[in-house]
Formats: sequence, C-alpha cells, structure tokens
Amino acid sequence: MGRIWMLGDNVNTDVIIPGRYNVTTDRTQLARYCLCEVLPEFAQQVRVGDVVIAGHNFGCGSSREHAPAALQACGVQVVIARSFARIFYRNAVNIGLPVLVCEEVVAASADGQDIELDLAIGVIHNVTTGQAFQAEPLNPFVARIVAAGGIIEYIRQEGALR
Amino acid sequence: MGTLTEVIFSHKLGRAVAQGETVVVDVDRVMSHDTTTPLAIQAFRKLTNGGRVFDSQRSHIVFDHIVPAATIAAATLHRDVRAFAQEQDIGILQEGICHQVMPERGYVTPGDIIVGADSHTCTYGALGAFATGMGSTDIGVAYATGRAWFLIPPTINIHMTGRLPSGVYTKDVTFEMVRKVGVDGANYRAIEYTGELVEQMSVSERFTICNMAIEMGGKAGLVAPDATTRAWLRGRIDREYPMLAPSDPHYERVVEIDASELSPLIACPPDVNNVVPVEEVEQVKIDQVFLGTCTNGRLDDLAIAANIMRGKTLHPQTRMVVVPASREVYLEAMRLGYLETFIQAGASVGTPGCGPCIGRHYGVLAPGERALTTMNRNFTGRMGDPTAEIYLGSPATAAATALSGRITDPRNFL
Repeated sequence: MGRIWMLGDNVNTDVIIPGRYNVTTDRTQLARYCLCEVLPEFAQQVRVGDVVIAGHNFGCGSSREHAPAALQACGVQVVIARSFARIFYRNAVNIGLPVLVCEEVVAASADGQDIELDLAIGVIHNVTTGQAFQAEPLNPFVARIVAAGGIIEYIRQEGALR
Repeated sequence: MGTLTEVIFSHKLGRAVAQGETVVVDVDRVMSHDTTTPLAIQAFRKLTNGGRVFDSQRSHIVFDHIVPAATIAAATLHRDVRAFAQEQDIGILQEGICHQVMPERGYVTPGDIIVGADSHTCTYGALGAFATGMGSTDIGVAYATGRAWFLIPPTINIHMTGRLPSGVYTKDVTFEMVRKVGVDGANYRAIEYTGELVEQMSVSERFTICNMAIEMGGKAGLVAPDATTRAWLRGRIDREYPMLAPSDPHYERVVEIDASELSPLIACPPDVNNVVPVEEVEQVKIDQVFLGTCTNGRLDDLAIAANIMRGKTLHPQTRMVVVPASREVYLEAMRLGYLETFIQAGASVGTPGCGPCIGRHYGVLAPGERALTTMNRNFTGRMGDPTAEIYLGSPATAAATALSGRITDPRNFL
C-alpha cells in the first residue's frame, strides 16, 4: 500500500527534474531534486510504494529520461494520469516504471490517501475511500515491454527488437 | 497512399502501413547529445555487453547542451561520452545545436526515419523526414540494434495561408498554432504543414514550425519536400533521395491559420499556449533578452534582430545574450556584420549551442527576474531560479525589447 501525491495538468519534465540538476546519471542525485519546484517536500517525504496521480499531459516537454528515472529512484510505484506526454510515457515503460491512464481515479483521489494496485490487471483501489477503478488497457506491444520489466529485458527475452 | 508519415513508413517497410499499426523499423540515423548520451550509454552497455553500435557512420553524438563544460560534473560527463565515442568510432560534433548541425551536415534527407534523444528532433521534418524525439533507453537500443518501434500516428494538418503582415514573423505563426491546438492537442500525433504560406517559407522557417510541433505534444512535424528543399540540400548531400509526398491523406483534423490576420504575439509563462498579443504585455520589464536556440538561432533570425539593432545600444537595465545555432551560422553572421551589431549594442555573443535555454550554464536568471527569449519553452525554472519568468517572442520582438527594456512591439522599430 502507498500514499497518493496529487499533481495537476501539464507537469513538464523541467518541473519533474530541473535541467540544472540532471547533469548526472546518479539516480540518488536525481531523486533528491525530484519535483523540487512544485513540491519541495516531496523528495524528503516520499516513501517506497507511493503513487503519483496527475491530470492531463503528464511529463510534457524535454525528452530527458532523468524524469521517470527520478520518480523511480524516489520509490514511486506507479504514475497514474488522465493522459501522458508521448516521450515520457515511452521512457517510463522502457525503464520499467509503470504508468496507467485512468480518468476516474484522478477526480476521486486526494493527497495522502492510501492506495493499492493490481498492476497485472490494471485495477486501482483507493483504500481510504473504498472505491475501485479500472485503468485503460495498454497497447499490446507496450504490454509486452511492461510484462518484461522494460525494453532491455524485453529484447533479451525475444532475442531481438521485433 | 496516405499521410506523409504513412508514405514514409510504407516506403521504408515495402508494404502499405496505416495509422494505428505498431511497427519495428530500421532507422536511418540515431542522434543523442551531451546530456542524454550518458543514460543511452548505460542502456547500450546493458543490452550489448561490450558490443558495437549498429553503424558508427549513422550514429551521431552532438555536444551542445553545456558547451564548453561549465562545471566539473558536466566536464566529467563529456569525458565519459568522448571515451565511448572513441571506443565506438563515432565522431563527436561540437559545432552547434544538434538540430541545426544534423541537417547542415547533410545527415537528414527526405524520406529518412531518424530518432534522437532530444524532444526537438521533430525539427528535421522540415526536410520531409520522419524524425522524433525519444528517451535515452530507446536511443541506446537504437544505437545497439539500428531499430526502433513506432505506433504509426494519426495526423493533424495545419494549413497555413495568407501573407505575414509587417512585423509578424514565422515564430508568431507558431504561437498562434500552439494557442489553437493546445499544449497536448497533438499528443501521439504527427503534424503535416501545408498551404501557400508553408510553400513560400525558407527551410529555416520550416525548421521553426517543425521545431514547435513538440510544444503541441506532436510526435513529428513534417513538410513535404519541394524545390526549396532540394535547393537547400544541394551541396550538403550527394546521394539520391526519394521526394515522398502525401497521397490522398486522411487527416484526423485540419487547423487553418491565416497569417494575414496575425499581429506580433507573446507566449507568457509558464505554458506555450498562454499566448497574447504583444500590446497586452508591453509594460512588462525585462532583465534579459536571449536570441538563439534550435527555434530561432539561424542566420535569418539574427538578420531580423540585427536590422532592428544596428547602430543602437541595449536599454541600460537590460542585458542580452545572442547564441548562433551553429558554427556555420556564427561564421556567416560574423561575415555579414550581425555579430558586430550585437556586440556594439552591448550584447554577449556565446558559443554555438543551446546557450541559456536550459539554465545549465551562462545566462541564468536570478529569483524574480524576467526574460524575453526566442526559445520554444517558457517552463518554470527552465532558465534558472523557479521564480524567474520566461516570455517567448520572435527575433524581432526580442531585438525591440532589448532596446526598450520592456516587452516591445517590433512594429515600433520598422
């Protein structure tokens, strides 16, 4: 079980990890400054298994993979949004950070509520309110990458990108 | 048959491909820059375990985001990337912004499929290529395999007509299109630009409109190649290329823009669709003007600004940074006297590259400061302190603002 962190629409990758802090491949460094512009307490208080819930177009802007990597390094279990910007979505899937699209859960959630997920079937359970939600199904190709745990693992299993 | 995107993928795969299909294709070129290459190397090594890139001649690493290195951390990343490039026999290009250098070097031709670890890779669509930004792991995989997977996107047609009124430039047209489409209106979609205005645009202007595709969430922005494209490519490449064009395309949506109705526009912080006529923000005091970037750092952009600034000096409370998009642009701007104009006016002229656009080295903003720039993004904290604000405008508006110290209608200087 994790806690919910709510964010709004159009959260861009500059906000998720500012350019002045992504001159590194060290994921602990990235985690330290994750969302520092909009939620200065986030990096300190986030716990492994917590869930970020956002509005439309999450992860827009720069292609920096440091953004999903920073969220992952913070221990974020999954990001749920009304919609994702394309590059962020690919990057998250590629590195094995689960991302779900679900309109209803965004409207029915609040900061600090408890949440549980069954990622295999896309079921989201808001423990605090007792409500359950079904996320949108994944594109079949994306689902195979997610099942493998990322694109590197997918290619290793398949023997090639195909 | 189909949109230019469908035609390019069909040509590449040798069969009819339609939107909605997921395909894996051999890409023509793979690109990454100094900030995104380190994570791409990690993915590449994980996958290949000491292997080689698919083709060192079609793998390109450009140093542009922090050049010359501003900190020990940046220098260390550069050092590690240089070692990788040497090991893999990849030539590092350090002569400007990746999206300017790749086309200048002749690495982009009509019909190509190109992936780059930078969101503005969509810029290359100006030459009729399908080019899209991806993250480092996708690019590491592409370096290793020469392949990438794509969901063939639906296409939005942005149809541009009319003539640009005096004082209104291609950048203003892009603000109007982002205002109309929204910052995610083209998410997961390709954009094809058509219409008499696009046909009359220089390749540089086409780079500007294709560059801004990502600011609507676009996967790619494309202009079908024509005589203007051919003329620009002459002398840059000597190989044959297919002049692929859309054929009876099905567009999801058509957005009409009549340039003759436009006035100079400003995109106010913190989103690019926060667009207002320049008159509405004319009293906003500006601490720094920045002219440059992959959107507006080319020779014609510098010419527009230099023509306004010739013989004049910056407002005493305003500073200005000018960064030519590439060495080629820099040398030509020097030869034509533009750089001298900027320097005489009191501006700093920087090394070709991304410059202050990403707040990693020179030209950063202090708390509460305001910048007017020719960039593509006005996001919170992008150029420095998160309380600093970024307004976006055309090169002409940037020049007029640098002289007045407040956001200024460039028509006052024409």
